[in-house]
Amino acid sequence: MTPENDMHDHDHDHDHDNHFSEMQARVKALETVLTQKGLIDPAAIDAIVETYETKIGPRNGARVVAKAWSEPDFADWLRRDATAAIASLGYTGRQGEHMRAVFNTPETHNLVVCTLCSCYPWSVLGLPPVWYKAPPYRSRAVIDPRGVLDEFGVALPEGQKIRVWDSTAELRYIVIPQRPAGTEGLDQDALADLVTRDSMIGTGLAKPAGEAL
Amino acid sequence: MNAFELTLSGSPELPKSNEGDPVFSEPWQAEAFAMTVRLHEKGVFSWSEWAEALSHELYKPGRRADASDYFDCWVAALSRLVTELSITSREQLDDLTESWHRAAEATPHGKPILLENDPKR
Repeated sequence: MTPENDMHDHDHDHDHDNHFSEMQARVKALETVLTQKGLIDPAAIDAIVETYETKIGPRNGARVVAKAWSEPDFADWLRRDATAAIASLGYTGRQGEHMRAVFNTPETHNLVVCTLCSCYPWSVLGLPPVWYKAPPYRSRAVIDPRGVLDEFGVALPEGQKIRVWDSTAELRYIVIPQRPAGTEGLDQDALADLVTRDSMIGTGLAKPAGEAL
Repeated sequence: MNAFELTLSGSPELPKSNEGDPVFSEPWQAEAFAMTVRLHEKGVFSWSEWAEALSHELYKPGRRADASDYFDCWVAALSRLVTELSITSREQLDDLTESWHRAAEATPHGKPILLENDPKR
């Protein structure tokens, strides 16, 4: 089946979509010179970052998902105005950063891509995985999302569509995974433990009940 | 102690989680941290040299009251240390920083930002 790609066709509207903060540029400068001198290997740096990427940062996104699962009113708000709904929990992004929540359903699975590490909602999701920044991930996620998900060990039911969302500097996405079966009795803290970072990018699903982090 | 633990213990006021892991609010902070761990591991500088360089930046006047500039200080300390060790010069770092800014601006959305995208290179 053909995946439905919902790529944003407005790249040409944003000549200055890409922008490094002063600190980003300085760190890149250090990395460049240290790599040239043979003192560091960017792959080794990525490997170090990767060892703690999933443990880093407040688990804000997981709490947003748990609340949406538990409170239909909050879920509605999130659907209408994710920026405001998420900000109401005290998790604010940077200036001008808009969030959109995309909800997985039995019919549709959502997947978020962007090669640029600037297009990722840090304040909600914590650090991005190293592969998220890799060019092959974005190109392949667009061309063959089912194949990419397969590599992540996610097998979707036949007939469930995949929508691919392209993150931009202005608009970032959080995937609201489907609530796992058998979690009716769980409170929001317990539910949040089932929400992985990858499930909020769409490269994973929420953990089954009884398999908390 | 390994280099990672040494970097943790040699870095005063490093924001940490309840589990003792460093807390970063943006990826460049994690990258700066990782580079420091790696240089440590390679013996480019000792942990006391690092601690001294970092403290020097942390205790400069004019820091933000909420300490949100902690990793700005970190990068300043790392930059100072590598220039003092003659690995690079301040001028070279500044040139490369400007070059990365231009490369980012010149790269269309969706393409990886590469240094060679700087039109002046």
